[in-house]
Amino acid sequence: MSYRLGVDVGGTFTDVLLVDEESGSTWRAKTASTPSDQSIGVLHGIDKVCAEAGVERGDIAHVLHGTTVATNAILEGKGATVGLVTTRGFRQVLQIARSFVPGGLAGWIIWPKPEPLAALENTVEAPERIGSDGSVVLALDEEATRAALRVLRANGVEALAVSLINAFADDRHERRIAELAAEELPGVEVSLSSVVLPEMREYERALTTVANGYVQPQVARYVANLSAQLTRQGVPGELSILRSDGGLSAAEAAISAPVTMLLSGPAGGVTGAVWVAEQSGHTELITFDMGGTSTDVALVRGGTARIGRETKVGDLTVRASAVDVRTVGAGGGSIAHVPQLTRALRVGPQSAGAEPGPAAYGKGGAEPTVTDANVVLGYLPTTLAGGEITLDREAARAAVQTVADAMGLPSAEAAAAGIIDIVNENMLGGLRLVSVQQGFDPRDFALVAFGGAGPLHANALGRLTGAWPVIVPPSPGVLCALGDATTSARDESARTVLRKLDELDAAELRAVFGELAESASRRLVGQGVPAGEHTVTYSADLRFVGQGNELAVTFDAGLLGADDGPAQLARRFDAEHERLFSFTLPAGHELVNARATVSGPRPRVAPIRLEPGDGDVSAARTGATRIYVDGDFVDAGLYDRLKLRAGDVVPGPAIVVEMDSTTLVLPGHTATADAGGSLLIRPSVTEA
Amino acid sequence: MARIVETDTTEVPRVEVDPVTLDLVENGLRNARYEMDEVLFRTALSPGIREQHDEFPLIADPAGKMVVGQFGLSIPDFLAGFDGDIGEGDVLLTSDPYACGAAISHANDWLVVLPIFVAGRVVGWASMFGHMSDVGGKTPSSMPTDARTIYEEGVVIPPFKLYEAGRVNEDALRIILNQVRVPDWNRADLNGLVAACRTAARRVQEMCARFGVETYLSALDALLQRNHDAMKALLHLVFEEGRTLSFTDYICDDGVGFGPYELKLSLTRTGDKVHLDFTGSSPQAQGPINYYLNENLARMFFGIYMITVADPQILWNDGFYPLVDVTIPDGSYWKPKHPAALNARNHGIGRVFDLFGGLLGQTNPALLNAAGFSSSPHFMYSGNYSGGERKGEWFQLYSIGFGGIPGRPLGDGPDGHSLWPSFVNIPCEFLESYYPLRIEKWETIADTGGAGLHRGGNGVDVAYHFLEPGTIAIHDDRWLMYPWGVNGGAPGARGRKWIDRVDGSREILPSKCHDVPVRPGDVLHFVTWGGGGWGDPLLRDPELVGLEVRRGLVTAAGARRYGVVVDDAGTTDPAATEALRAQLRAGRPEELPVFDMGPGLDEILARCEEETGLPAPTRPVWA
Repeated sequence: MSYRLGVDVGGTFTDVLLVDEESGSTWRAKTASTPSDQSIGVLHGIDKVCAEAGVERGDIAHVLHGTTVATNAILEGKGATVGLVTTRGFRQVLQIARSFVPGGLAGWIIWPKPEPLAALENTVEAPERIGSDGSVVLALDEEATRAALRVLRANGVEALAVSLINAFADDRHERRIAELAAEELPGVEVSLSSVVLPEMREYERALTTVANGYVQPQVARYVANLSAQLTRQGVPGELSILRSDGGLSAAEAAISAPVTMLLSGPAGGVTGAVWVAEQSGHTELITFDMGGTSTDVALVRGGTARIGRETKVGDLTVRASAVDVRTVGAGGGSIAHVPQLTRALRVGPQSAGAEPGPAAYGKGGAEPTVTDANVVLGYLPTTLAGGEITLDREAARAAVQTVADAMGLPSAEAAAAGIIDIVNENMLGGLRLVSVQQGFDPRDFALVAFGGAGPLHANALGRLTGAWPVIVPPSPGVLCALGDATTSARDESARTVLRKLDELDAAELRAVFGELAESASRRLVGQGVPAGEHTVTYSADLRFVGQGNELAVTFDAGLLGADDGPAQLARRFDAEHERLFSFTLPAGHELVNARATVSGPRPRVAPIRLEPGDGDVSAARTGATRIYVDGDFVDAGLYDRLKLRAGDVVPGPAIVVEMDSTTLVLPGHTATADAGGSLLIRPSVTEA
Repeated sequence: MARIVETDTTEVPRVEVDPVTLDLVENGLRNARYEMDEVLFRTALSPGIREQHDEFPLIADPAGKMVVGQFGLSIPDFLAGFDGDIGEGDVLLTSDPYACGAAISHANDWLVVLPIFVAGRVVGWASMFGHMSDVGGKTPSSMPTDARTIYEEGVVIPPFKLYEAGRVNEDALRIILNQVRVPDWNRADLNGLVAACRTAARRVQEMCARFGVETYLSALDALLQRNHDAMKALLHLVFEEGRTLSFTDYICDDGVGFGPYELKLSLTRTGDKVHLDFTGSSPQAQGPINYYLNENLARMFFGIYMITVADPQILWNDGFYPLVDVTIPDGSYWKPKHPAALNARNHGIGRVFDLFGGLLGQTNPALLNAAGFSSSPHFMYSGNYSGGERKGEWFQLYSIGFGGIPGRPLGDGPDGHSLWPSFVNIPCEFLESYYPLRIEKWETIADTGGAGLHRGGNGVDVAYHFLEPGTIAIHDDRWLMYPWGVNGGAPGARGRKWIDRVDGSREILPSKCHDVPVRPGDVLHFVTWGGGGWGDPLLRDPELVGLEVRRGLVTAAGARRYGVVVDDAGTTDPAATEALRAQLRAGRPEELPVFDMGPGLDEILARCEEETGLPAPTRPVWA
């Protein structure tokens, strides 16, 4: 017997999911997370799930893990001290940061500029120059470069990034500097821009390379430690890490390119949501992951999440493929306030965070948050997370009342309803970003809602977008672990091409992409996935000649095999441009970046199967509660989610409770428990 | 005066809008406005918009009042200047500042306006203008620094219907595009402007469908009223009744030998209203630097400084305009007479922000920043490839540079950053891939930021090594008059430009020039100004000064301006620092000046040639 193990480490809970590789059967376990050393919680969870399933640790063949270690290093500013080597004349590339100041007119007055990820005193120059055509304009001065590296050694840098001008066109100087660094800075990991991101644009490439170095030591330590612990505990299985693009990467590969794992966490959620929704028969999805401080949304077509070329973490945006997740800076902890001057109701971007948290948490928070509004309206029961958190309804009320007073509203409920409306509107803005603004009609998609707060707001967002059904998967942590366990190994190669499409013939196009596929494929074989099981997809960043931004067009081997590949590519680009911007131009097309992604097979996991119910939902009903909705109090049924059986229909208004999430079903809507364990919310027939 | 053709002209009753719906409409408008930006950025071809985002969107109510946008423009003035019917599906275009009450201020800006219809009725307007990188005329990029009339500045399009009932006027478009050097750019950018406005129209129509036309229009009224009420309260809070505040700044020269131009702004509050008065400013310039300023735009700039700090999330609109009276004298720098040249008005737009900053900061220390707005420094390079695969092919580069952000109450001014929203520099690798040049250096220059408790940002030196023969053009300012410091902070350094010729000679260039020939191997240094300093430099933490020496942002010699004694490795000498600071304190007045503009004007002019290598300009006089 062999087993796969999906592991998701969240802020509060660590979820593990054990999958029988033959039958696809699953077992789940949940334990408290251990933030100081996440591996303790992970091992505890493995013990628990093995005990439950009666499985020996020695039978676990694969451990699949989504981790936030890289993300947290950036968010908390606790990465390595990175040294950066640039071409002479470009030492301040991160200091100048493309000269960009966010905000509107006068925004510069109130913008605190973040410090560069590699400090300027740890940035040195190499006398050398490569031309934009890849030729050597000035040979590398090795002695001067060694001297510069010695300065970095004296400064105590813990990681080294090398990003030279035009290194995307030729990498020989970067490679040579890596060799010099091995002698001058022994033991320090080196990230080369020509490896991390061989694409044009020096700032973005330097920043991405530095970010790679910045998180590398922590990721390496964490992954190595976890691997060692697993081995010591008798788990023979290889550790794989979930990448930001939703693929899996062997632990070794993850350590060398940690910048590809910055969104490992959210990618797990989206991947899990896709899998769960597929069990309910839906493949066209908008995912909606609402947490405490922010909300992530993504669009899924044909069961595949759209992949973007940018990864955003906090203030940092790097060029690394990632599930195209858009983040709205609002969540359950967002604070509502009323500026005195305009008396408008604003929600966020300030957040109460975990400490002190919403007023209802009773940890000293006094400012009204979205969670407090949900409590005042009766949407959130006063005990959460299986009794670990008790909510203080009176404190929430007092906090929300301050908004009512400032706006002259008649009651705390009216103010709370306003806060919910505003935050839902902010969420709607995010959902529109991935749908309407990309040329997709949200009514053609189902909305998958998860995260701590997602299921509370999901029904309302279904109403605003017309995306039905609203799918609420089983508990959020399990969803991410499912994502980890159900995805496939993946690797990717990319490079900047800069050729006009009409100057490329089909054979040249084949050669460019074939080479990339081969190198990615080779690495995947190195990770233990035999070549016969590989699936290759290609993507080309194209633009009209003269445009400044590219659109990514994805395609498969069929197009490459065709005699008119370049022309087909141009037509696909035109269609995409038309969809997004409602026009095309008579200009030629330029191929900017080429990319090949190679994936292994998708593992088989059996869907969760709820017992069929008998059509009577009363067994799951635990009582009733008063909630405030559409300007009035109504009675809502309270239901225990774990007691719902397949086919049970919960009529709204209702509140469905499980350990770590709560689902609100609005009047005029019903929630159906389907066999896969999801709740499907739809308008009742009478309203639809 | 335009006649609006509506099939439904009944009055829309106004209804009560609950505060939450109001905020929902506000949010929807804000999203629509950012979507307009996105559509244009992604599709534009000309470098000015594509890479640098030189464009400004707007959504207005049926009367043409801006309900969201950031650079205001005056749809009422535009409509007043258009003689004809406007109906559903029409899209109007103009580039003539003199025909639209300066809704745009030079002929490079193409302004698109379209009515938004719902059920036969105008529910608003969508509008956007963008800077076309070339509109023809006598020099590439259409900004001749010696122009004396607008006729030298390329094609000037009077307001006309680019689309009538959804059908494009191909003939007119062909005539226009026949005047410009790279018609593909203009065509794509124009497409983008129209697509962006149509996107905005769609979003407004969706909101009307969701909330109802009555509620939507009532919400717009309430949003305008919200700005009005907020501003009224703010004016009383900030300005003393009857007290006149004044501030004067300068533009160094006009490109044809006159300068500096004095720009004066005064403000007085009487009752609920304030009066902005530009009287006392210099006469209109002979050269192309005139900034034809629309009164509503002056109100808008004023409002930005007032409200941004009070509620940064507020949606900008025209609602407070009735509270602000504006006087701009005819024939002045701000209101030149047709056909005065206008192309280089970017210095004036920049300076308007320094003027408002200096003026309003006198009452509100939280708003007093040092100076930094030189202009929007432009660099152009064009020619035909002389050999190789592309022999004979035309190349034309248009780019915008950046300097030091001023020292601010919040902290240091960032080095080499943009004072304009959403502007970014063009990457070196992009430039080298598409233009025959190589960049040898792109860095900020130590000590160019004014010393202060909060240092001014450093200016930037970009060294362009040319690979093909061609001509270059430069538009910049602050080469003569200093970016001033405040609250004890020192002025920043002035900008400089020179070419190191391939023959070894050095040629100093004026800050405004065009058609300067360059040869392969010549290297242009384009050095921008530094931001002024904020607060007493002697109070700056010596260790921070030491760190900045290690970072190469301040030199050991420059550290003495902070009274800090430090070696080249950035190690400070605390005892020597204390002594130097005591000595510097003893040698200066007890009370530091609020504004430090550097030496007096007479002294600056007397030393001009010696310090800058350029002859002093001649003072302009009113006729």
